[in-house]
Amino acid sequence: MAAAAPGLAGSLRGNETVSSARRARNLAWWSVAAVALLLVIAPVVWVLYGVFQQAVPNWHWTVLTQVTTGVGGGLANALAGTGVLLLGVGVLVAIVGIGCGLYLAEFAPTGLLTSLLRSASEVLSGVPSIVIGYVGYVALVVGLHWGFSLLPAVIVLTVLVIPYVAKATEIAVGQVPLAYREGAEALGMARSRMLRTVVMRSAIPGIATGIIVALAISVGETAPLLYTAGYSNSYPTAQLLHSAVPYLTYATWTFYDDPSSAVKALAFDSMVLLVVLVLALILASRLIVRVTQKHSPARATGGGGRRAARAQAAKARPAR
Amino acid sequence: MNGGEPTDPAAAPSARSDPGASAGLGASDVATERRSQTARVLERVLAGGSAVTAFIPLAALVAMLVVLVVQALPAIRYNGWHFLVGSAWNPGSTYSQPVRSGGIVHLPGASYGALPLVLGTLETSAIALLIGFPVAVGAAVFIVEKLPPVLAGFVGLCLETLAGIPSVVFGLWGVLTFGPWLARHVYPALAHLPNVPVLDVFHGNTGYGEGLLTGGIVLSAMIIPLVAATTRDLLRQVPEATKEGAEALGMTSAEVFRTVQFRWVRTGVIGAAILGLGRALGETVAVALVTGSVLQSATNIYGTTTTIAATIVSQLDTAQGDPTGLYVRVLAEAALVLMAITLLVNVVARRIVHRASRGVALPVGVGF
Repeated sequence: MAAAAPGLAGSLRGNETVSSARRARNLAWWSVAAVALLLVIAPVVWVLYGVFQQAVPNWHWTVLTQVTTGVGGGLANALAGTGVLLLGVGVLVAIVGIGCGLYLAEFAPTGLLTSLLRSASEVLSGVPSIVIGYVGYVALVVGLHWGFSLLPAVIVLTVLVIPYVAKATEIAVGQVPLAYREGAEALGMARSRMLRTVVMRSAIPGIATGIIVALAISVGETAPLLYTAGYSNSYPTAQLLHSAVPYLTYATWTFYDDPSSAVKALAFDSMVLLVVLVLALILASRLIVRVTQKHSPARATGGGGRRAARAQAAKARPAR
Repeated sequence: MNGGEPTDPAAAPSARSDPGASAGLGASDVATERRSQTARVLERVLAGGSAVTAFIPLAALVAMLVVLVVQALPAIRYNGWHFLVGSAWNPGSTYSQPVRSGGIVHLPGASYGALPLVLGTLETSAIALLIGFPVAVGAAVFIVEKLPPVLAGFVGLCLETLAGIPSVVFGLWGVLTFGPWLARHVYPALAHLPNVPVLDVFHGNTGYGEGLLTGGIVLSAMIIPLVAATTRDLLRQVPEATKEGAEALGMTSAEVFRTVQFRWVRTGVIGAAILGLGRALGETVAVALVTGSVLQSATNIYGTTTTIAATIVSQLDTAQGDPTGLYVRVLAEAALVLMAITLLVNVVARRIVHRASRGVALPVGVGF
């Protein structure tokens, strides 16, 4: 701030010419902003505190080892089911999302079709998750007679999160400095090899962050899973179809107003597990950013101008 | 690495079509590439494969629209305009013999007016935006201008957590903790606000904490991370010189924000807010929990109501009990209406964001 003349700016602000009314308005404005900041932090603290405070008094570690029964039990099956869902979504979205982003950043000719593809991805990120879930139920679960099972659940979740991974990939690939490519070409690399060894490798942190965001969204989704995954009291099976998959958000959504206190406790326990999973994913993405920032290509070359600036703006990525 | 043996120079440049990043790369064409047969095949496979995946979002979008329209068609024909203007929602009597009218088999007395759902959706989201937007912008300004980097990083973590907390957790917190707290400590005070226009919306029975206002407040937490993070990152890119200029004129920091900084970021921030609005409109389980999911319009600002998304999620089970299958199709019509609203909002937001990023030096809203 006022790097050239800090003293001047400071003295002006402390000058008599700033009337007390203006000074009061200034103070009022910053007080309001401070209150706004508190209003942003307060719910985070309150929710986290509430989640743990409700679950801890009745917490049993057996939650992690027992399966759900009609009268209580644990959430081991739901935890395993969420894990299987995450694995499926992770694999599928890595293939489709990265492919989509790579094409848009690298191969797509500039034109109407490309901008159509790009806006389709953007529009898709605005479609409410319950709408995707409803279509999954009507078309896959009922229409194709797949039943409540893993495949429709994974497909629905993947469609939901493709835009995030595609966008992250497109930005990360676009951010790779021109000098890297030129270096690779000067070495006589074929384009496919350059993409593999130079471009994709330096884009990995950005892509990984995008996938983690996608996984965090998948962990927390309820609406699209309710009518595609179903729920079962046993561990998820290896079957893709006709075998319901238990998952954590179902336990929260369904068990919280159960008359049995043991079942009700499972709802609170599931919230703890959900929050811990999401926090772990957030921390993992932060770690990736921190570790790779030292070798950030944008920093190494003094930034790629507009593209680097765009990427900076994109750091404010949505985590939901 | 590949040995850089000179190959047929005519073949190499012709196949190149790097868009964007390497548009100005003509000079490096001098460096002859080794283009073996396998490398060319590999590139073709990579380009073709990624092109196929690039069509998936578009295909998914079209497929969803087709499924919804096909599914909803009988419901659209049965309900007509009543769906958008009527407010009676009655699946009919399940135990009677289905009847046929206008070619559609339905239960006697079935009548679907979705006006309360549409209103509930718009009202909760409007409240969320009214609360969330100023809070998010205020917080972002404070982060950028007043917080040391370490604290700013911590608040950034808070924002990410806020965005990451599953909505069902938010919903349950709203039902069990936050709603009752509001009903006990905040709403009674609001109900005693002076009886003047605008403020008199707060008058009336304050209820038990489940309803329109609680829903809107909980929803604002879904908008805040998006708007606050965008505003923060845009504010950081406002050129120092313009701020210094304003300061040199003797402005206070609040005046600098109002006259300089906010003008730079305005369009991007508004675009982010509208994107957040789109998210709030489609939010499902949290709203289903905290609005009470009652199929009617709210009687006052504290009253229980529902939204389109909440109705779909809470009624799909019941809908399967309709032997004529009409109820499930009505929910498809509701989903179409919801999709139309959110798509409209999203397209408008992206228009604004794109225009802003083209005209001004600041890149805004990229990454959403």
